[in-house]
Amino acid sequence: MKSVTRSELINILNTKLSDSGLLKSDISLSVKELINTMSSAIASGERIEIRGFGSFTLRERKPRMGRNPKTGESVALGIKYAPHFKPGKDLKERVMDSIKNQ
Amino acid sequence: MSVTKTDLAEALYMDVGLNKCEANEFVDAFFNVIKDILVDGNNLKLSGFGNFELRDKKGRPGRNPKTLEEVAIPPRRIVAFKPGQKIRDTIETYAGSRTQ
Repeated sequence: MKSVTRSELINILNTKLSDSGLLKSDISLSVKELINTMSSAIASGERIEIRGFGSFTLRERKPRMGRNPKTGESVALGIKYAPHFKPGKDLKERVMDSIKNQ
Repeated sequence: MSVTKTDLAEALYMDVGLNKCEANEFVDAFFNVIKDILVDGNNLKLSGFGNFELRDKKGRPGRNPKTLEEVAIPPRRIVAFKPGQKIRDTIETYAGSRTQ
């Protein structure tokens, strides 16, 4: 599958918002601002809810016993946190529909 | 309270200096463009944040857990988010400060 990068996303937004009067530098800064705002919200345990797109939450992973793969020694691993994305209804349905039309 | 599109637009207004109308338009366009990219069958690598990846799941026989009736689960495509290193580091810092 092809991947779209951050700079390509900025180009697409630049085309899409060409009537808005925003400069490409504004768009690039705005993308950065959204990424930073969302990252710190998730990291501080706040839930992000974007209707039709999805939600981001911070999930707790229980502490567990791990093993050093080299020595075979047991090591205690503490609680870990990992971001989780749950796709929203509209995104889920449109992505599903897209494989029907292939 | 969840962070919503309104809060993200507020951040663009306060920190980037877009006016309120531009800020709302930008936030809408941002999520709509990401959606379109995924619907078109592309993954998105958003450096500094993470990757949105499409995963194709094979169809399989399933069961309605309530009625125990057998139902075929058709092939599906789902969106998965793989957080990037930067956000994982930010979380580490936060988790560290919380347990101290």
